Amino acid sequence: MTIDNKLLGYLEDLSCLALPDGEKSRLGADLQEILSYMAKLAEIDTTGVAARSHPFDNVNAFREDEALPSYERGRILANAPAKSGEAFIAPKTVE
Amino acid sequence: MSALELGSAIRRGEAGAAEAVAACIDAAERDNPRYGAFLCLLRERALARAKAVQARIDSGEALSALAGVPVAVKDNISTQGVATTCASAMLERYVPVYDATVITKLEAAGMIVIGKCNMDEFAMGGSSETGAFGPVCNPRRVTHVAGGSSGGSAAAVAARLAPLALGSDTGGSIRQPCAFCGVTGIKPTYGSVSRHGLIAYASSLDQIGPLARDIDDCAALLSVISGPCALDSTCVIDAPFDFSRQRPENLRGTRIGLPRNYLARGIDEDVRAAVAGAAREFEAAGAAVDEFDMPLMDYMVPAYYIIACAEASSNLSRYDGLKYGYKSPAAKTLSDVYRLSRSEGFGLEVKRRIMLGSFVLSSGYYDAYYNKALQIRALIKDAYNKLFERYDMLLSPVAPTAAYALGENIGDPMKMYMGDIYTVSVNLAGLPAAALPCGLSREGLPIGFQLVGDSFSEGKLIAAGRVYQSRTAHHTAACGGDAL
Repeated sequence: MTIDNKLLGYLEDLSCLALPDGEKSRLGADLQEILSYMAKLAEIDTTGVAARSHPFDNVNAFREDEALPSYERGRILANAPAKSGEAFIAPKTVE
Repeated sequence: MSALELGSAIRRGEAGAAEAVAACIDAAERDNPRYGAFLCLLRERALARAKAVQARIDSGEALSALAGVPVAVKDNISTQGVATTCASAMLERYVPVYDATVITKLEAAGMIVIGKCNMDEFAMGGSSETGAFGPVCNPRRVTHVAGGSSGGSAAAVAARLAPLALGSDTGGSIRQPCAFCGVTGIKPTYGSVSRHGLIAYASSLDQIGPLARDIDDCAALLSVISGPCALDSTCVIDAPFDFSRQRPENLRGTRIGLPRNYLARGIDEDVRAAVAGAAREFEAAGAAVDEFDMPLMDYMVPAYYIIACAEASSNLSRYDGLKYGYKSPAAKTLSDVYRLSRSEGFGLEVKRRIMLGSFVLSSGYYDAYYNKALQIRALIKDAYNKLFERYDMLLSPVAPTAAYALGENIGDPMKMYMGDIYTVSVNLAGLPAAALPCGLSREGLPIGFQLVGDSFSEGKLIAAGRVYQSRTAHHTAACGGDAL
């Protein structure tokens, strides 16, 4: 596995990041080292082993659908970097 | 004075809740510049609450054994109306509109939150150096790290700035700072403490737990915060823990497994000797200690980091610069808002883990990395299940070394990750573990061991910890001031 600039750019896109050049080269070298180490997992034969994504096997836990008051809109919007009235403000995406 | 002794003194009228809160906050204001344990202190709010709690205690209301006792809280646990930053520039101005369930439970028990504790950014780190607002310094030696990611919580307890603290443990983040600072902590079974309001790092691994001076105080705090929660469907416990009856005089009949290969290589000689000493103490208390080889040891760290980073890359996708958190002033387009805000708002370690998570989840690499790690996780869980047919608990080191100097490892992520070798498999399997101090290195720095049990066997671990601490004094060493 080689982490080249093309793959790094792809990972930047997937991660929604825009790294400065210095950080990009540093993280590229780090990822190369870390992933080379992680390739160790290939040593273990896991044929037929079911993947475990959670400590327990619970499928779901249902509760009663109970209507509760919502949080006050103004308090939630107070955390927004840009807001207007009852809305978050985002840059225009269509002409 | 322990937290339980303080609670008892408050109930008897020999101490006051406001007096205890003021003493802790005075000490923290005085000493925090040395340690960096707190990101904020809540003097007015805590004192007002202490007076209200005191009135209820004085009127005869039975709140809990810890009513009126101050507690420090890691800054990734949401507190309504109080900034909750995760030690990140991304959340520097974020003020939750709701309390985490554990905060609601603390308050129902009459406990008083005195401040929010420093940590590694978004709990990603093992030294409490990755936070945006400066490192935590180890109260035992301020030139050294406090461990992480709950380093502020451990330092606050070690420096006697708070009798109790809450931390969170995703891969060792309660246990390792406890070991480095010489305090006691518990990583509870996954599903025994609600994660509602815990700002997510890796949701299938994260668990909130207590840090304190001794196992008794940890047990009391865990009893308060555990229990079912309608807002967290993974919180599967039926009722809060009750450890009041786990007080054996000895450990006859207890079978303890000691992983031989954990002690064979890659471990500091002082740590090995201290853990071996703890094993001898358990034998002297009547336990049968038996050595075994821990399966899959070399695969735990890679499996953990693949899974944790995959979950982190997903969880942290919520930080978009729009709804809350940092927004780059340079952003002009929507894409800029996302990319620049995240690039400027997150620190390097967080970006490293997001990139790593994006990689292992990406098309073409998913099976070889993420799915493979999930299969290894299944094998690790199976291995633990088999071990608990033979043993009541396992005794192992918490970390391969004692605390290291600030800055010593921060530029070497692989070295940092390998420091988690003894702790991460516990989270992968969702198990409980208690970390207790067991000695000092030749440099005079604390060393800890952990007891790992089967799911929901906290009672056994606490019973063993009580016996151990009744026979030893490693947990009583103080440093810094003593607010109480």
